[in-house]
Amino acid sequence: MTPNDRAAIGALSAAELRDRVAAGDVSPRSAAEASLDRASEIGAWRDGLNILLYENRDDARRQAEDVARRRERGDAGSLAGVPVILKDNIATTSLPTSCGSRILEGYVSPYDATVAQRLRAAGAVIVAKSNMDEFAMGSSTENSAFGPAKNPLAPARVPGGSSGGSAASVAAGLVRIALGSETGGSVRQPAAFCGVVGVKPTYGRVSRYGLVAFASSLDQVGVFGRSVDDAALGLHTIAGLDPLDSTSAAEPVPMYRDAARGSLTGVVIGRPKEYFPDDLDPRIRDKCDASLAVLESLGAEVREVTLPHTHLAIEVYYIVAPAEASSNLARFDGVRYGLRLEGDGLRGMYEATRSSGFGPEVTRRILLGTYVLSAGYYDAYYRKAQQVRALIARDFADVFKSGVHLLFTPTTPTPAFELGAKSDPYEMYLSDIFTCTANLAGVPAMSLPIGRVDGLPVGGQFIANHFDERQMFAAAYALERQLGAGAHA
Amino acid sequence: MAVTLDDVRHIAALARLGLSDDRARSLVAELNTILQHMDVLSKVDTSGIEAVEGIGAAGLPLRPDEGPPIPLARERETFAPSMRDGFFLVPRLSTHEDPEAAS
Repeated sequence: MTPNDRAAIGALSAAELRDRVAAGDVSPRSAAEASLDRASEIGAWRDGLNILLYENRDDARRQAEDVARRRERGDAGSLAGVPVILKDNIATTSLPTSCGSRILEGYVSPYDATVAQRLRAAGAVIVAKSNMDEFAMGSSTENSAFGPAKNPLAPARVPGGSSGGSAASVAAGLVRIALGSETGGSVRQPAAFCGVVGVKPTYGRVSRYGLVAFASSLDQVGVFGRSVDDAALGLHTIAGLDPLDSTSAAEPVPMYRDAARGSLTGVVIGRPKEYFPDDLDPRIRDKCDASLAVLESLGAEVREVTLPHTHLAIEVYYIVAPAEASSNLARFDGVRYGLRLEGDGLRGMYEATRSSGFGPEVTRRILLGTYVLSAGYYDAYYRKAQQVRALIARDFADVFKSGVHLLFTPTTPTPAFELGAKSDPYEMYLSDIFTCTANLAGVPAMSLPIGRVDGLPVGGQFIANHFDERQMFAAAYALERQLGAGAHA
Repeated sequence: MAVTLDDVRHIAALARLGLSDDRARSLVAELNTILQHMDVLSKVDTSGIEAVEGIGAAGLPLRPDEGPPIPLARERETFAPSMRDGFFLVPRLSTHEDPEAAS
């Protein structure tokens, strides 16, 4: 394969590559090798951008050859030969799943996550696992035990987090589709920072079986795409009921790519005033308002709306998520898998293993979660947070009940910040201010590039009602067409 | 509701996390700084509001606990820190609980 071939493969959308593979013009093996070669060329590994943690070329070749055999039988699949990269907290039998943590370093899962199975069944080739904030706790991918990832568009800056490695992989042109996970914005925020598309589906839309749990009432697998179409194809592949995850929903999964032909006439888009505070960077406000003007010109009606409990979302999120994490992460105790350090008896072993295996942010959140759940503080913190969460969810229900189909907001208050710029944990938590509301309410949301500020990408966010991802995709396709490729990475 | 050094030691024991004295002291400050921001929630009127228990339309459904075990691609011995005869090995339980720490 010549470099020109690789460049040609890299320029294809996921659907175009799939079609070329199905037609026999491109071999799945060439596509997988093009992806991994590009990763090496740009320095995607630990001694470079540090956006990728694990690869297995032999296994990628085996997967690709399997897809080639399936193609010959006329069963190539909807993602035939499309290389994909998965966040390091999605269980795979072919590559380690370490959650960016020392406590799981070297762990290889004995089963595939449902989303990994579905990708393989569709003919996708899993080529690598990506760097992330440890156990998905962070907004910059600086909390990885394996060192911070760098933004490929501006290496002195963060790619966002916690799925920063997956977002950066798409931005750097390694793959057209990557998977991440969301608990409070961990797909949309890095998508915005890296100039790619990031989708958080409705809670229940995608199986979490094999997604290492962080906060179970919030977690959801999300999809990155270089374009809206890549993301639509990726989501359609992984969505739908899974008997192995009781929270996955039996809702029918529409063909999201059909939304590309949808009209915006009659679509009502809300502009929630709480997401456009007075101190918002005026350049980000302008980009969002310019996008809203485009949507209006395409037939949408834009309406000012209010979600009055938005200002409480960060506080609610940073009680609920650590509380659930303190319970979920109790399983990492040195007994069944992962790191074990000896201590004084069983308890000493637990403490030595967990203290050495977890990094500072994970330790902080486990303690915060244990505190808000402990006797005497449960009602004041955890129960209160769950009540305010109900008010936040009600805000969304009310606005959608009033005839609004979609909301449009900035994804983040700022573009990608510099590595090391946020040392105060609470200041870092504020990065999620416009994204964590959708997780608390369980509604779907997506970020797409809407322009640049100082050369850095800016993300605009659509939020839809439960299971109405199709409406969100229709608007995103239309906006992307009008804004053109210049807004992308 | 300020967090004290004793609180940090207590919750660290509950969470099975060993902390050095320095780390415990710095965590007192870190947790207090974070929790100060949370105090805004105490001012919100939530009378009559049910706490969210499950965010999906169906609440928190449970799947039937039935069916054959999911086949594993590799034996437990390949990822367990210590196993013998199909059992996970742990240190002696006689040293499990320190009566004072457990009280």
